[in-house]
Amino acid sequence: MKHTLCKLLSGGLAALLLVFSGAGNAVDLTVYTAVEAEDLKRYADTFNQDHPDINIKWVRDSTGIVTAKLMAEKDNPQADIIWGLAATSLLLMKSEGMLDPYKPKGLKNLDPKFYDGDSVPSWVGMDAWVAAVCFNTVEGKKNNLTAPTSWKDLTKPMYKGHVIMPNPNSSGTGFLDVSSWLQIFGEDGGWDYMDALHENIARYTHSGSKPCKLAAAGEIPIGVSFAFRGARSKEAGAPIDIIIPSEGIGWDMEATAIIAGTDKLKAAQTLMDWSITKKAMEMYNTSYPVVGYKNLAKPVKHFPPETLSRMIDNDFEFAANNRKRILAEWQKRYDSKSDPK
Amino acid sequence: MMTSAAQATVQAINTAAPLIRPKTSRDDKIMIGYMLVVGLYLIIALALPLYAMLSKSVSTFYFDLNNFEFQVNNGDGWSAPATAFALNEKLKREKLKREKLQAVQPEQLTTSSDGRLAATVFFPDFSFRGSTRYRIRQINPASSFLVGSRQIVDTEWHEFESNEFRRIYLRASRSTGLDNYRVYFSTPALFLSMKNSLLISLISTLITVSLAFGFAYALARSTMRFKGLFRIIAMAPILVPSLLPGIALVYLFGNQGMLKELLLGESIYGPIGIVIGSVFFTFPHAMIIITTALAISDARLYEAAISLRASRWKTFWTVTIPGARYGLFSAAFVVFNLVITDFGLPKVIGGQYNMLAVDIYKQVIGQQNFEMGAVVSVILLIPALLAFSIDRVVQKKQVAQLSARSVPFEPKPHKQFDAICLIYCVLVTVFIAGLIGVCQYAALIKFWPYDLSLSLNNYNFDVMDGGGWVSWYNSIRLALYTAVAGTIIVFCGAYMVEKTNRFVATRSAFQFLAMMPMAIPGMVLGLAYIFFFNNPANPLNGIYATMGILVVCTVTHFYTVSHLTAVTALKQMDREFESVASSLKQPFYKLLSKVTVPVCLPAVLDISIYLFVNAMTTVSAVIFLYSPDTTLASVAVLNMDDAGDIAPAAAMGMMIFYSNLCARLLHLFVTRKVMRKTQAWRTREGGSD
Amino acid sequence: MNQQPTSNPHSPTPFLQIDRLRKKFGDFVALDDVSLDVFEGEFVCFLGPSGCGKTTFLRAIAGLDIQTAGTVHQAGKDISALPPSERDFGIVFQSYALFPNLTVAKNIAFGLENQKLSKPDIVKRVTELLELVNLPDQGAKYPAQLSGGEQQRVALSRALATSPGLLLLDEPLSALDAKVRTYLRHEMKALQRRLGVTTIMVTHDQEEALTMADRIVVMNHGVIEQVGTPTEIYRQPNTLFVADFIGEMNQITGKAISSDRVEVAGRTVLTKPHKAAVDATVTVTIRPEDIIPHGEDARSPGVTDTLEQAENEFDGTVEDMEFLGSFWRVSLKSASVKERTFSEVTLTVDMSINAIRRMNIAIGQSITVELPAQRILVFPQGNSNA
Repeated sequence: MKHTLCKLLSGGLAALLLVFSGAGNAVDLTVYTAVEAEDLKRYADTFNQDHPDINIKWVRDSTGIVTAKLMAEKDNPQADIIWGLAATSLLLMKSEGMLDPYKPKGLKNLDPKFYDGDSVPSWVGMDAWVAAVCFNTVEGKKNNLTAPTSWKDLTKPMYKGHVIMPNPNSSGTGFLDVSSWLQIFGEDGGWDYMDALHENIARYTHSGSKPCKLAAAGEIPIGVSFAFRGARSKEAGAPIDIIIPSEGIGWDMEATAIIAGTDKLKAAQTLMDWSITKKAMEMYNTSYPVVGYKNLAKPVKHFPPETLSRMIDNDFEFAANNRKRILAEWQKRYDSKSDPK
Repeated sequence: MMTSAAQATVQAINTAAPLIRPKTSRDDKIMIGYMLVVGLYLIIALALPLYAMLSKSVSTFYFDLNNFEFQVNNGDGWSAPATAFALNEKLKREKLKREKLQAVQPEQLTTSSDGRLAATVFFPDFSFRGSTRYRIRQINPASSFLVGSRQIVDTEWHEFESNEFRRIYLRASRSTGLDNYRVYFSTPALFLSMKNSLLISLISTLITVSLAFGFAYALARSTMRFKGLFRIIAMAPILVPSLLPGIALVYLFGNQGMLKELLLGESIYGPIGIVIGSVFFTFPHAMIIITTALAISDARLYEAAISLRASRWKTFWTVTIPGARYGLFSAAFVVFNLVITDFGLPKVIGGQYNMLAVDIYKQVIGQQNFEMGAVVSVILLIPALLAFSIDRVVQKKQVAQLSARSVPFEPKPHKQFDAICLIYCVLVTVFIAGLIGVCQYAALIKFWPYDLSLSLNNYNFDVMDGGGWVSWYNSIRLALYTAVAGTIIVFCGAYMVEKTNRFVATRSAFQFLAMMPMAIPGMVLGLAYIFFFNNPANPLNGIYATMGILVVCTVTHFYTVSHLTAVTALKQMDREFESVASSLKQPFYKLLSKVTVPVCLPAVLDISIYLFVNAMTTVSAVIFLYSPDTTLASVAVLNMDDAGDIAPAAAMGMMIFYSNLCARLLHLFVTRKVMRKTQAWRTREGGSD
Repeated sequence: MNQQPTSNPHSPTPFLQIDRLRKKFGDFVALDDVSLDVFEGEFVCFLGPSGCGKTTFLRAIAGLDIQTAGTVHQAGKDISALPPSERDFGIVFQSYALFPNLTVAKNIAFGLENQKLSKPDIVKRVTELLELVNLPDQGAKYPAQLSGGEQQRVALSRALATSPGLLLLDEPLSALDAKVRTYLRHEMKALQRRLGVTTIMVTHDQEEALTMADRIVVMNHGVIEQVGTPTEIYRQPNTLFVADFIGEMNQITGKAISSDRVEVAGRTVLTKPHKAAVDATVTVTIRPEDIIPHGEDARSPGVTDTLEQAENEFDGTVEDMEFLGSFWRVSLKSASVKERTFSEVTLTVDMSINAIRRMNIAIGQSITVELPAQRILVFPQGNSNA
């Protein structure tokens, strides 16, 4: 009787130890992300092939909400690491001192455009996320519209009321468009361009992917959005063309950064290291035609071949540091005028 | 005969009798303890978050020019340190001479938490190709500056070449004041929203109340058929999120809409869409209130009118309208409040027509400007609070007006009138059922408008934004928790208020707190929760980003109506039950469990279904509070629509509708069953006296 | 029991001693230093118009609304500050406050639970109580299935279930119709006598108080006007208020002449000795049934002897007659200013049916009545507390 009890006890203890040691090995890493919902599982699975001991706990939402969440939690961060959020947002966090700089292994394999310029970078990019125009061919024909080929084309009177774009005050994509126009056409030229474009805009949406989806659904013929969304819609059978305007396109990247103060620094660094490995980059490449790894990317279906060449030399710092000013100016010019008759 | 007590009495004639401090019984102690708990709940879940939001709205940011010092070296040694303020003053003076110079104006110094000011503005001759070197430091570490996006918080001197110096941006210091409000009112785009919100709310209120009045009038005053069916269909909008009609309207009147031509070229995206959608989702609320108002009107007045040979038309204006006027007022205020605080609908169908509730979202989610979000919230509180207090005053008057001796009105058949009523009700119910039907249809279409074959693809939520099927499951969980926890909290709170004899001050304070949530827009509450609970110094920080905070927020958001339902039920109980129980030395909780709760069971069930349905449909209160583990169906509808997945959004919306429908049916079934079992005393024949 | 020393060992210690009870609601004084002793087994009625403080008084005794100042001792124990649950009483309210969702038996058993009684004991006690109130087979019914009178008896038996030392009744009969009320009056009184339970009943119905109470406490404006047996209250009201509130009373303004004479409308009337000062304005009162009508020719037999003098004899004209079943109420008005008539005075006189028939009294007829001096009470005016 006493013997069995001892056995039971030691057995239980052993089991407990096992559980604890197991728990000690597998780290739960809270990862904030804006990566497409359908890609999350694939990303985590691929990562776990190499690092089964790190358990990713995804916190996913749209770019705006994840950013707002991180900013709201500034004094009490919940995240350990960000994997897949717009670099623009990460710049914002960097300037709040929220990021823990870290130089991941293999950084030299990356195009310098794809990481923070500081000697120890605060963030490292994954893939690029490019602006594009989605053009619904069926609706275009119905309305006798020719497909636009440049940004300037969109200001032609023919397109009046047929263009839709995201509101930069509520959408990161919208801001990406605006800041790229200011860089392409210069500050004054940019505003002149938007003044003209505003005449043709049917309305501004709150979300960046919505214009393309609306174009795909024929709700409006032309949506200023980003290429990824267009490609997905095209894949789903929408009658749309993805147009990369000739003047060049603004872009942002999905990037990775470690949150300052995390108590799981080692695991976070492991993930950061892995996030720029060739394997990871190939994984990103299945959806995105432009990735950070030099000379790796293969073309992705439905993305026009000129995508990479037309990406402008985006000045993220300019965008971040002038964001408030640009948004205020935009709001003054177009939001207060949006009162319908 | 003179007892010593009597002698004492005689002696004490001039001295006052001893004052009595009632001994507090165990029951009293438990009750006050519980009242404190529920009171504390309301303070934590309502008062403190609102306070946190108010403080946030007066938390301002400004560029403290006196805190930054610069030195310049043109190759001839470092100049004396000069503050940014001094440099700017110099610029102002020199501006008189040199036209092109731009000094920083005082209003530019007010900014938000994210404000940045380029250091180069203080150096009019700056050229990034120049060989001049610059030094900058802050005098005390209250603010910071950026080199590119690297934040410098120390007070050392930092030296830069020209090319680097153009990357220097000053950051703002924190302060307190009303500057955010000043900025709000001087920004036309923001100010415009207030006008828009008021206008839309007024128009929607006018239309909804008129339509609902006609509907309620037809139900109460005609002898048409299908009254029950009409009533049921008219109640359906309560079961869906407010943004669902928006989705239906896109399918009906959008550019690819089935009935697009009806709009004669006007766009559904904007005020028209918001108003139609608002009428849809506020209709049942107005109808319930007006139906009640019409039901209590006195048949004797109509008999009098008939005996005076007044025409139907005249009777309508002299008897019906005055009799129902408080109900109409009340309905108007409820509708107004619902519309002005609604967020989902303008977000979905509003286009760029700005409304206050959407502005909060834009400020917080789009620009991460929490301070301005708080300012807009406070502003949104004003019309809501105003409508609420006017309604309270009107309601008080109404109580005085009601006569207990009224005779219910029995409508008499009138062919023509009944036919008109029938047509009218058919039109209204077709509108309501139509919008819901369109959503269901849209949810089943493969790819509107290019592939009209039916499929269940849109129900494949797991590959879309919004959290997938888990969201729906989470919503059910939230609704259940809210219904259970909320009913217990609310009912016990109401019991304490209604059935305690003592602690008058505590009780009225509690009553005030319980009435508050009705005037607080969900969005404002949700934002206030972020400020309050997401503070590491808050010991309750742990519930942030859990299901718990969603339950607390939802219970609080819908507290008032539940509380009033409970109070009404409790008021109908004999006031002396508690006295009898204590004279029989039975604790109050025994009375509560054996008598009060069983007798009030119908009301208890009503409260739970009310909380359940609202927890399923609410968007505004939880939009800022859900976490990835607690994504909700109603928010998923919004996010899917936001991402352009309109058909799946409609599908999820319909899932909410069906869930609520099931809950309602279950509630009906349980109520019937429970009634039969525990309320037997109600249904049996009374004895004869 | 904590016996208090008394100066007279033969008088029993009061079961309930209430000393200078004061209850204020804000500035309003609902009870103004009220003192009262109630003896064991007594049936006491608090009687008064609505708002006189009688219910407040009862609720203070019960501890339901505890007084602002003053003490209450029950069975020698100071219970002034105790909550109701720590006192020893049973209560029946006007509404009965029966639990609607519990059967009659469960209502009665409510107070018996948690009292260390076994289930069979509870059942036994409930049966006993139901029999006590004559509702032996109604245990399984719900209150709504009973008549008002039955409900009232259930409430009574629920209050008695725990055998309390004190039974408090708050207008227990006022919700019932007249016939049931009369019946229950007797039944309740009999039950109270049988059980010997000290009882306080609040009522605004003087008839109820007169028929049921051992002693009546007449209250007005938060003070006790008079405490006494029903006969005392009726026959010897201390104050004009009591005289007026209970029963019918003729009231005529007059002036005191001496300790047993007053002047009324220019005439001297012999009265019961009074304390009013000479020349003071007084109210002279007599009950309608105490006025004796005379035939046209002869005085009623048997009355003549008690009639002191002719000065209490008056003439008048029958102005109005009201038939009240067992008697007639006659309004008598002075016909003209004659020597023996009151000027401008109307007297209400109750006459038996026999007397009316015998004397052939009809409207317009002149008759003579006499007012027995012993029945004429005089109260000083302007101060209801004589």
